[in-house]
Amino acid sequence: MSDSQETSQTLYEKIGGEAAVNAAVDIFYRKVLADYRINRFFDNTDMDQQIAKQKAFFTMAFGGPNNYTGQDMRNAHARLVKMGLNASHFDAVMEHLGATLTELNVPQELIAQAAAIAESTRNDVLGK
Amino acid sequence: MRSITIGESTFSCQPDETVLETLLRGNMQVPNGCRQGLCQACLMRSLDNSPPVSAQVGLKDTLQKQNYFLACVCHPEQDMTVALPNQQGASIEAGVIKKQLLTPDIVQLILEYQSPFNFFAGQFVNLKRPDGLTRSYSIANIPLAKNILEFHIRRLPNGQFSSWVYDELEVGAQLTISEAQGSCHYLPGRAEQPLMLVGTGSGLAPLHGIIADALAQDHSGPIHLFHGSRDLNGLYFVDEMRELAEKFDNFHYTPCISGEGIESDHVQGRAHDIALSSTETLNGWRVFLCGHPEMVNQTKKMAFMKGASMSDIYVDAFHVIQAEK
Repeated sequence: MSDSQETSQTLYEKIGGEAAVNAAVDIFYRKVLADYRINRFFDNTDMDQQIAKQKAFFTMAFGGPNNYTGQDMRNAHARLVKMGLNASHFDAVMEHLGATLTELNVPQELIAQAAAIAESTRNDVLGK
Repeated sequence: MRSITIGESTFSCQPDETVLETLLRGNMQVPNGCRQGLCQACLMRSLDNSPPVSAQVGLKDTLQKQNYFLACVCHPEQDMTVALPNQQGASIEAGVIKKQLLTPDIVQLILEYQSPFNFFAGQFVNLKRPDGLTRSYSIANIPLAKNILEFHIRRLPNGQFSSWVYDELEVGAQLTISEAQGSCHYLPGRAEQPLMLVGTGSGLAPLHGIIADALAQDHSGPIHLFHGSRDLNGLYFVDEMRELAEKFDNFHYTPCISGEGIESDHVQGRAHDIALSSTETLNGWRVFLCGHPEMVNQTKKMAFMKGASMSDIYVDAFHVIQAEK
């Protein structure tokens, strides 16, 4: 593979595309459910639907194909903000995102890029 | 140009249009969300042809097999007839050919049908009696040459339908049955995978069918069944399951009694606790959970935390319809 091809590859492709998303969601969701700081936001939900949402989240964080707007993120999390969702919870999710990708041996520089994309949704998620 | 038929209406799918876009343009009410094949809000089923594989990405394998797809990412390759998940297909008539008590609380009902009828063992149907009262029950047998369906019906206190089955339904009577529904069933393909099946009470019915199906399709991995009940009246087919375990080396059966102070040679404890503590990890396992909704939901989460992939967990929660006053 030449240098020019390598740089034209998207983050999503570099991390491994859909297969990487599928590998990441189960690991990530287990971490979230086991974390007493945030699992109440994920309890009492249809777990299969949650997995579908986590896939959307990872696809977005990997810079993959998605049409989510800032307003969508606000609407989707408004119920959780009412339940008390705040910056510390967002930090906890970011922590699990990083740990999940580390566990999957994703290179640190790519993890940093994914984390930056996820971080960019902070204000919308928290309704700020 | 492809045409999309839903119910009585048919629409032309424009080039580059998805099935969802076509239906919405035709003012059909179709639930939808992300429109990128992720949230699964626009799930629907193709009633004639197999949908494009690309429109089935991310769906549970049993739903893929039943031709479910996501309308928002479906560019039809041929004409399609589709239905929303809650849209009922055609019903057929079936006659009672056998009724017998399995325990004082559970009755076995065997129906025979004449019209063509397709199902996977473990799916459920709606049984409707002549006055219209309808309840869902799981099919306990595998599709055979004989056109029969077996059900295990537990008598519920004040249960309108179950009491009627117990007290009044007679051999020779006719019932209406819906098409088979549900995604809790066996699929061949990963024959060496270990299977764990946990059921409470008449939750054994779908599991009984799923086990028969797995064995008939030469499943080679270990199959562990845990059947639980509070008391002995909810435990049935004990001899039959033990015989099956004698016959198949890879089938293992553990009957469990959770009530206190009951003398029996069964394992003491709740079936899902016994099942989950029987193995270090469920990583790589396929898990089937049927019966009491609380047991099913709790165990689903615990099985996932113990390493089972969410896509490998199949559940059927038996919700009880409260009797109308």
